[in-house]
Amino acid sequence: MEFSLRDAGVRVGLEIHQQLDTGRKLFCKCAPADPEEHPVRFQRVLRASRGETGRYDAAALFEESKARTVTYLAGPGSSCLVERDEEPPHDLDPDARQLILMISCMLHSRVFEEVYPMRKTVVDGSNTSGFQRTMLVAQGGHFEVGGRRIGIQSVCLEEDAAKILDGGYGLERLGVPLAEIATEPFAAERGFTREVAQGLGRILRSTKRVRRGLGTIRQDVNVSIRDGNGVIEVKGVQQLDMLEKIVEFEAARQTGMLDVSRRIKESGWVHDAGDRINITEILAGCGSKVVARALEKGHEIWAVSFGSMAGIFGYTPYEGVRLGREVAWLAKLFGIGGIFHSDELPGYGITEADVGRIRKRLKCGTGDAFIVSAVPGGMADALLDAIVGRIESVRDDGIPADTRLATQDGQTAFLRPKPGAARMYPETDIPPLYIAPEELGEARDMAPKSWDDSVRELQELGISAQLAEQVYDSRHADLFLDTVRDTNVSPAFIASALCYTITSLERDGLDSGRLSDEMASETFGLLDSGRISKESVEIIFREIMAGKSRTVQEAIDNASLQAMDSPELRRIIGSLVEDHMDLVRSQGERAIGPLMGMAMGKLRGKASGQTINDMLSKAIRDGLE
Amino acid sequence: MPDYKGYSGGSLRLLQDNGISVGDQVRIAADGEYSGIVMPRYEHSDGSHVTIKLENGYNVGLAVSRISSIRKTDMPSMTHAEEAPAEKRAGLPKVLLLSTGGTIASRVDYRTGAVTPVLTAEQLNASVPELASIAEIDARMLFSEYSENMTPANWLRIAEEIAGEADSEYAGVIVAHGTDTMHYTSSFLSFALAGFPRPIVMVGAQRSSDRASSDAALNIIGAARLAARCSQPGVYVAMHQDSNDGAIACHAGTRVRKNHTSRRDAFETIGGKPAFVVTGESIMRNMQGGYYQTEGFWPRIRLDERVALVKYHPGYDPAWVDRMTDGKYRGIIFEGTGLGHVGNTMYDAIGRAAESGIFLGMTSQCIRGRVRMTVYESGRDLLDLGITPLDDMIPEVALVKAMWAAGCTRDAESMRGVMLEKVASEASF
Repeated sequence: MEFSLRDAGVRVGLEIHQQLDTGRKLFCKCAPADPEEHPVRFQRVLRASRGETGRYDAAALFEESKARTVTYLAGPGSSCLVERDEEPPHDLDPDARQLILMISCMLHSRVFEEVYPMRKTVVDGSNTSGFQRTMLVAQGGHFEVGGRRIGIQSVCLEEDAAKILDGGYGLERLGVPLAEIATEPFAAERGFTREVAQGLGRILRSTKRVRRGLGTIRQDVNVSIRDGNGVIEVKGVQQLDMLEKIVEFEAARQTGMLDVSRRIKESGWVHDAGDRINITEILAGCGSKVVARALEKGHEIWAVSFGSMAGIFGYTPYEGVRLGREVAWLAKLFGIGGIFHSDELPGYGITEADVGRIRKRLKCGTGDAFIVSAVPGGMADALLDAIVGRIESVRDDGIPADTRLATQDGQTAFLRPKPGAARMYPETDIPPLYIAPEELGEARDMAPKSWDDSVRELQELGISAQLAEQVYDSRHADLFLDTVRDTNVSPAFIASALCYTITSLERDGLDSGRLSDEMASETFGLLDSGRISKESVEIIFREIMAGKSRTVQEAIDNASLQAMDSPELRRIIGSLVEDHMDLVRSQGERAIGPLMGMAMGKLRGKASGQTINDMLSKAIRDGLE
Repeated sequence: MPDYKGYSGGSLRLLQDNGISVGDQVRIAADGEYSGIVMPRYEHSDGSHVTIKLENGYNVGLAVSRISSIRKTDMPSMTHAEEAPAEKRAGLPKVLLLSTGGTIASRVDYRTGAVTPVLTAEQLNASVPELASIAEIDARMLFSEYSENMTPANWLRIAEEIAGEADSEYAGVIVAHGTDTMHYTSSFLSFALAGFPRPIVMVGAQRSSDRASSDAALNIIGAARLAARCSQPGVYVAMHQDSNDGAIACHAGTRVRKNHTSRRDAFETIGGKPAFVVTGESIMRNMQGGYYQTEGFWPRIRLDERVALVKYHPGYDPAWVDRMTDGKYRGIIFEGTGLGHVGNTMYDAIGRAAESGIFLGMTSQCIRGRVRMTVYESGRDLLDLGITPLDDMIPEVALVKAMWAAGCTRDAESMRGVMLEKVASEASF
């Protein structure tokens, strides 16, 4: 089925999280830099606590039901006792305070006279304290995108969370100041959502005090459809390119779930405790590798029947939208990979005969559905409760109130239940901020030039308007300006290396995260001093982004890029011409075409194309004489 | 009676004029429309703002001068979840939990951020469900004081409450206490209740229990395990052993000190290992021999507050010591330098204090190590003046012991006898 954003009445709200570049954390003076090692390691157990209504927050409780001990890793300089939750927060970063007021003014948002630091409960382990410190600074406001006015809902100043590393959460990112800006919902149109995100990003970047680079800006997107029952928040869209794909998938998913909901209602299915049965014995000898592996680990195999629901788990109204997939994701959050539903069986090594035995044991007919899952002992109840609860929620609510996660392939997956109001309470360790009119006036006066003016400035350095826009939007604007200032390399070459070359290498699947600003800067320096040729820049970037070399020097060595001195070049080119004198004699000076190809093959990166071309034509002329 | 907590001046008038009190749902026009609940203001706030909790959960303050209208709207009903009844399992040891205040036995009002004490065993079990499988806990609230507001009168109250349980069915007693002065209280209980036949486990928390990362739950679980299962009488302080949520160190109550302002592992046994370490189900014992050196349970719940702890420093004015002499003090514990010294400018005042019958004891501000007053001449001078060296007794413990000794005796000589008699592992003499 084709999905149409307009027909479904899709509305989108964006939430942009941008790290502020103030050189320190929001509540201590540690530097937001990645440490080389993490010598400190400790473990904590986070417990859900009751919210203000005496109820546990659904999201918090869900995380706790996954019961895990969290390991934290800390390195020198980038965290202290504050991040370890071993010391109360220090004074608020005054630069971050000024910056957030400035951003609020740029968005015409109404700043509150008193701003209260709050604690937002987060028990997924990404905050050592179990909450995120956040403050609502301003509400309302707007900005223009392509002639349309986009409303601003809120401007918050908050702490970034810890970063997932191998073996635990790293504290280097925890506490980095973040501006969180939420837009009012707007009607989604292909192309426009991206423009809105880009426009907001540009406003933030125009302050020149936001962090650039991978992971320094993240988007959450709130998606709703006309017939749906609320807004679904999708977290963690890292790349702007994925934004629209994710919006479309999520809207299609919501539309599809309404359809699934209707089908479940029609089936008349109601869960009964007797529908759950331990079938470990039935599948003990079956040919499924998944089942065999689970049994080796001592897991139990459980099945649940769903009366009259045959066909519903596998029903796929849109690509990737399936009840079976929703259930599988939920199981995955419990750390359980092996879950099958009857619409995909026989399969995965489970035979027709196995299916027959399961149906018999569950007392279900061909009109009924069932799921089968391998679970570690003691976890069956928690998992099956969650799965049955989810299917009931689809039946009763249509679209369950989730917080979802953007996946790598542009889809969305269940992350946790939507947090309730029980989630936020005052941070009593920090007094409220009083924003005097004078302070706000100062911030307003400091607001920077618009995006247009900034792009014009870049153009004045001698690059085209299109390239100037790309430099501005890339994460390399500062590196570009620094390199233009510090070297004599042509600005157009620097800009195109930073925008086109890196992007094209990324498209080849290479990781630009491996190429630091320092490495790029070093490469341009070598070019400036004539130690490498222009052609070598791309080769060095490729070596590093592919992970084959860890330093610029290593890349030069690995690709044998050291620029050759002229006598050596002349010798190689001379012998090339000598070896092909037949060609030179028969074609005359036109022999330069094929010979140039051969020469470049031997000498790429060791000298510029121009130099090789000049020497080659001279050698041909000499040969002819 | 309408509640205007924290409101004054213009903001108070605005609320009164519009018939609005704290907790009301309101709609406010102030360069934009805002709906939310009127929140109490902090004690030190000004009178020109109104604080509301918006529907998104954030608190914000709006300047009265910018508010053009404020009106009450219908309150969405806020239902409070029922407290789950405390689960009781037959056959578990009974433990008495006395709550005295502090972070540990409190919970937060999530609307205001205010901390209120946990009152009942039900509430306690509801907040730390694991307790129900360790012991059957009876909870009593004695009072609710921050640690820094605790007085010797509070120590007496706690000691009397516990003394009444010497023949009860309780396997042990837990005392939930603020951390700042917990080791003073643990010292007093050690002397006043010397020989109490069951473990008394004091417990506190460095991170409040409103946060998912609180150390309160694990500390109280460790305390409950020790109180229920360790038959070794004594007074112990149960807190995190290190920064991990893992082991709970149970320190001897007269050998422990708070050595960090904020870390979970702020409490340390001075000059030794913790008496017990509780890790999961296991209890490891490091303590050699018994905790009390007395025969049988012989409660002496008395004290005299006229004892001072003097931290000597260069430039200390000896006139302060004279004032204590004139004020009929019973004892002065010096926190001397190094091996137990004070400057010779102090000698005259110390001599006068000794002559007027004040007990003078010497401890060291080095915290670790013992005093030895025979090594240097100044030490020998001080001994001649009548100062009693207190070996490796921690200064705060010496102060509490001197208050207790003063309460149990009439003169300096018998007080000195009590001070040098080892009661509860307080020193190695």
